[in-house]
Amino acid sequence: MATTRKPPAAPGDKARTLEQLLATKEIVISCGSGGVGKTTTAAAAAAMAATHLGGKVLVLTVDPAKRLANALGLERFGNTETRVPHEAFVAAGVEPRGELWAAMLDTKQSWDDLVARHAPDAKTREAILANSIYQNISGRFVQSHDYIAMERLYEIHSSGTYDLIVVDTPPTRSAIDFLEAPDRMGDFFSSKLLRWLTAPSKSRVMSLASKPFYTVADRILGSQFLEDIAEFFSLFQAMAPGFVERADAVTRTLADRRTTFLVVSTLEAAPLHEAEYFIAALDERNLHLGALVLNKVLPSYLRRTATAGVAKRLTSDAEALAATVSDAGDPADTARVLATIGESFLNYQVVAKREAEQRAGLARTPDVVAAVPYFDADIHDLGGLLQLGDQIWR
Amino acid sequence: VTALLDRKLLFVTGKGGVGKSTVAASLGLLAAEEGKRTLVCEVDAKGNLADFYEAGPTSFAARELQPNLWAMSMNTEESLKEYLRLQLKIPLLAKIGPLARTFDFIANAAPGVKEILTIGKLAWEVKEHHYDLVVVDSVASGHIVGQLTAPQGINELVQVGMVRNQTQWMLDILTDPAKTGVVIVSAPEEMPVAETLELAERLDAETDVDLAAVVVNRVLPELFTEREEALFEVLRDPRRIDALTTAAGGDVTPIFEAAELAVTLRRTRAGHLAVLRGQLDPALPLLYVPYIFTRSHGARATRQVAEFLAEEL
Repeated sequence: MATTRKPPAAPGDKARTLEQLLATKEIVISCGSGGVGKTTTAAAAAAMAATHLGGKVLVLTVDPAKRLANALGLERFGNTETRVPHEAFVAAGVEPRGELWAAMLDTKQSWDDLVARHAPDAKTREAILANSIYQNISGRFVQSHDYIAMERLYEIHSSGTYDLIVVDTPPTRSAIDFLEAPDRMGDFFSSKLLRWLTAPSKSRVMSLASKPFYTVADRILGSQFLEDIAEFFSLFQAMAPGFVERADAVTRTLADRRTTFLVVSTLEAAPLHEAEYFIAALDERNLHLGALVLNKVLPSYLRRTATAGVAKRLTSDAEALAATVSDAGDPADTARVLATIGESFLNYQVVAKREAEQRAGLARTPDVVAAVPYFDADIHDLGGLLQLGDQIWR
Repeated sequence: VTALLDRKLLFVTGKGGVGKSTVAASLGLLAAEEGKRTLVCEVDAKGNLADFYEAGPTSFAARELQPNLWAMSMNTEESLKEYLRLQLKIPLLAKIGPLARTFDFIANAAPGVKEILTIGKLAWEVKEHHYDLVVVDSVASGHIVGQLTAPQGINELVQVGMVRNQTQWMLDILTDPAKTGVVIVSAPEEMPVAETLELAERLDAETDVDLAAVVVNRVLPELFTEREEALFEVLRDPRRIDALTTAAGGDVTPIFEAAELAVTLRRTRAGHLAVLRGQLDPALPLLYVPYIFTRSHGARATRQVAEFLAEEL
């Protein structure tokens, strides 16, 4: 059975580790550009929280790799939350204090649920679900991920089922898209333009066909499409009050003290640039930047200047040095190996120094910064996830 | 099969972080220096295409950066204005102000409007023979299918009207493998490989657009032959490390550790690369770009990648 979580730090105490941070929060949103290990970091943080802090912890991911599902001991996880089997923890040699749950975001299903919740009656609901514009938006266009991910988070959080929810954000074009999604959705439904556009449809689109706007629009789009659009908008308008209220609530949840953001990056130029941009966007919106997790950081020994001198000697004096270990094998081979490893060290030093420079150049960093050393072995089980978690936890 | 740079329209895509923009910029540079009139267009609104050429900011109006090389960034609102003006012969935009506003509004919600304005502009440049080649630094792999299928989607939604007539010529260009191709940029890592394979499958199943090539970026060099690797293990004996440390006048341990890291990285990546090679159509060109160990990003890195791509092509 789930045990209670650690009491939150005393007011004014700044979290210095991810452990302290997560002990005081209810929602953690993991964000960053694609390919930096955002999903894995979210899962690792959730697994650590379930293990060490206890309570019910949910990791909500958008597009997990099959391997991650396997690592969590789940065949496949869908829109409904699934508990990670206790045996998976046992297999990892860990006795968790709490429970770990996982769910994946099914955009289409979430949209349908949302419509079902807000539609005033069954007839409206069916009409929306059957509308071709709606089907396109909910099923095909990735931008709709942005809003629905935050909406689903709100839904789960307000159900009060979990002590901590760790959310992985969708691969948006820009990391701040999903921050703005609830506002955009609210604007959309409360806009005058929507009312203006849908008004004619109530009194039949065609009666207004003589107006210049419709003449042009009809020429361009064709009347069927216009009718579909008008129908879509007017049906959705029936749900507008609920939607606007809801979008506001989602926005408030993002800004709540119990919510924090985890920015994930590597030390490569492009993702780091994106991370900085995102940190600035959080500050601008008064949202809580909890931690920065830097993945795939090269080991510090690669930056030593003295070692670079030694590496150069391995390269330039390879033959003489090979003679000092003549019992190892063919001297020409040994010389080649020594030259190669000297050269390789110097290559990696360039990268390591470039990364250190990138890191030093960060304009603002949160109180918690965790660096995860480069280990290229892929994570195949919960044990691997917890091992990664250990690197960022304390 | 039409050679990569002999096509007219190349969509360069890939998972975030694999170097998609670098490869797009490099392909553009390569084509331009081969004498092709080339347009490179950035679709993601990040505005960093300029960083890859270090030639100042780009906008919707294409700008010549060097002989034969033009660059622009996509802006769907500008694209709509151009579309209305050029294709629908609606010259006075002021008079249809509400329409433009509504379009912008619908574009944020209605299916495929932004996508079609993007694709439409690019296909238009091809149709009008403004350039020999248009290279698109496209949206990431999760979004590209939605973008490429937008004309088809609109075609299905809009049964009559001018938009329908307008989508047909786009489809003709997009579905002609002699003209249009997708280039997926990948890296020998787990997720990029998985996403590349998934996208290759989706392109085949959901679109009629040809997959032209896969570029595998950041391939690490093989450090040792098998014999050398065995020797490397022998050399790691503490007694020999000591001898080398004395002779080299400094601790060689970190150098051996770094070599081991390099070997491990290379080995895991080789596994991912094998998966990629094994599951893609053997007839599909795979171009390898090595990991570049330099300080540089920006124009210098773009040039280096272009040189490697030239060798591969």
